[in-house]
Amino acid sequence: MGRYVVRRLLYMVVVLLVVSFITFGLMHAVPGGPFDREKALPPEIMANLNARYHLDDPLMVQYGQYLYDVMLPKFTTTPPDNTNLSDDHLINIKIGNLWIRWMNFGPTFSSRSRTVNDIFRQQLPISMQLGLMALTVAVLIGIPLGIIAALKQNTIFDYLSMSVAIFGVSVPVIVLGPLLIWIFGVTLKWLPPTGWGSKPPYVLGFLPSKLGWDYFKHAIMPAVALGLGSSAILARLTRASLLQVVREDYIRTARAKGLQERLVITRHAFKNSLIPVVTILGPMFAGLVTGTFVTELTFGIPGMGKYFITSITNRDYPVIMGTILLYAVFLVIANLIVDLVYAYLDPRIRYD
Amino acid sequence: MTNPVSLKNIRAGSGGVPLTQKRESLWGDAFRRLLRNRAAVIGGSIIIILILVAVFADQIAIMHYAKQNLVANNSAPEWVLKVFSTMRPYAQVNNDYPLGADYAGRDLFSRIVYGARISLTVAFIGPIISLIIGVIYGSISGFFGGRVDNIMMRIVDILYAFPQLLFIILMLAFFRSTFAKPDPGTFTYTMSQLDSRLGGMLFIFIGIGVTAWETMARLTRGQVLATREKEFVEAARTIGSSDLRIMFRHILPNIIGPLVVAETLAIPGYISTEAFLSFIGLGVNPPTPSWGSMISDGSAVIRTYPNQAVFPALALAITMFAFNFLGDGLRDALDPRLRGTQ
Repeated sequence: MGRYVVRRLLYMVVVLLVVSFITFGLMHAVPGGPFDREKALPPEIMANLNARYHLDDPLMVQYGQYLYDVMLPKFTTTPPDNTNLSDDHLINIKIGNLWIRWMNFGPTFSSRSRTVNDIFRQQLPISMQLGLMALTVAVLIGIPLGIIAALKQNTIFDYLSMSVAIFGVSVPVIVLGPLLIWIFGVTLKWLPPTGWGSKPPYVLGFLPSKLGWDYFKHAIMPAVALGLGSSAILARLTRASLLQVVREDYIRTARAKGLQERLVITRHAFKNSLIPVVTILGPMFAGLVTGTFVTELTFGIPGMGKYFITSITNRDYPVIMGTILLYAVFLVIANLIVDLVYAYLDPRIRYD
Repeated sequence: MTNPVSLKNIRAGSGGVPLTQKRESLWGDAFRRLLRNRAAVIGGSIIIILILVAVFADQIAIMHYAKQNLVANNSAPEWVLKVFSTMRPYAQVNNDYPLGADYAGRDLFSRIVYGARISLTVAFIGPIISLIIGVIYGSISGFFGGRVDNIMMRIVDILYAFPQLLFIILMLAFFRSTFAKPDPGTFTYTMSQLDSRLGGMLFIFIGIGVTAWETMARLTRGQVLATREKEFVEAARTIGSSDLRIMFRHILPNIIGPLVVAETLAIPGYISTEAFLSFIGLGVNPPTPSWGSMISDGSAVIRTYPNQAVFPALALAITMFAFNFLGDGLRDALDPRLRGTQ
């Protein structure tokens, strides 16, 4: 198991190298630069800006420098300096006198006083809260719906659950968002139509420090809008999988030996039916994480979405690179966790 | 095949007893099942209607989608004001526009009708691109196996690590600015001309196609791997069929069912991706209407003129419903485990 995880982590480094290379190449293949303006800047200023951000170096040197800054941890005795924009690391760990500093995503081009890490510290927590809440909504709605539908197959409960499910997959965020805003935000005035209820500092770097109605009133609509589609997929998958499992021989054995129906379902059927459900959670998490972009734009939430899109139009190279790399890390780690949970749920699977 | 004793009706393995039942192909059988599924029939009918609307948009729309009438901007007919009572203080009444007019005084109904063209084109081109690339890639990988398979699937794995939506956004930004002002006569110029001729759809297709084939490739590979070990493939090999013949005559027809189902179920994803890209302004070129860009415009004024967002949103939702119904029906119709149970 340990060796498997190490191998997967090494593989992850390779994947991230390729992802960063392709993104870097694509980004720099786009004509125009971050400092192109409607009215061209004087050449001296351009030269200074390019020198300041190392844009006049050969591309391969820039790429190498970027990888060096992001991927390699640095060991120094000097503490972090908040005023130096080129020396802002996402992870700073102090051991005795020694600082371990890792992941310097560099300065942003569009706002001169912020670094990419500043955006990650202030905006990313909001996106992560939204993504996690949507995942919670998806799991809390989807799995129970699927179980009910399967246990009461071909009854009104089944049809109702599956109608909810087909509604969920058919209504994308950009449809559900405006509809929810119109119903609950504008007509009924129950919930605020835009905004987000948490501010820094965050607990553990991304959790809101105060939970309460003031927080959830902003979060309910976006989380439902984003999570409903995934809950529908989960519901259908859980239903199909549970229906298949309850027809297996070992379920018949369990019933034949006189086990209570409740125990048959909870002990024997449920865990096995979760296997395909868990495998989809990885890609689903990935979908939700990028789906937060759509939701944030629909509901006017100050998360990563807006920054990514403006960074692309502004050619803000470090923000583009940083965002794509960070999300790629999320995806790869999510898939790794799924594979490990998979092995736990299905003892026949061994990673050696 | 009405003659029960004709040779065609004698199936090997059935003891030479002529089958009294009419033999049917997989597809004929599936189609019959599909017609029995009410939801799928409704979905299919809606799609046919939508196709007709898209094709005859010029005749159905009551005015051109870009025709502005600033006097009537943000106006709405009486029935819309009754439904959306909150907008009464803001909107002027104008019954010339069946669903109201947008901020530039363009008819919402006509724009929704023309918007069907974009969504449906994506709904049909998306699967074609992803099927062609994905099936070729996946079948090569699955058929040859071993080292080839390993390398090809590692490539797909790496592409999977890309956050897809972000990648599409990046690609589109790349295309849009690379092909913005090309010199006449070059390849980029041709592409940019083609794109603007299509109202900006070409690059959306490429963006979606670049990412969508990966899932299809994985699915195809899995199916090919499972099928190529079957006896009939072995039989074909023993009589000396070529690789290509085995692939196209024996394996592909056997795995096409699941692929078609997967692709049909993926269509709503393509439609919503296009809508989202138009929503953030990377989609079709204005003033070409797309439901996504209409929802985006409407969302900006949703507090005052909710009809401008709700109607295109409904159009989009109905289309997605229809494709989901049809996809579900197709899956049930083609699922071999359900065959013969009715």
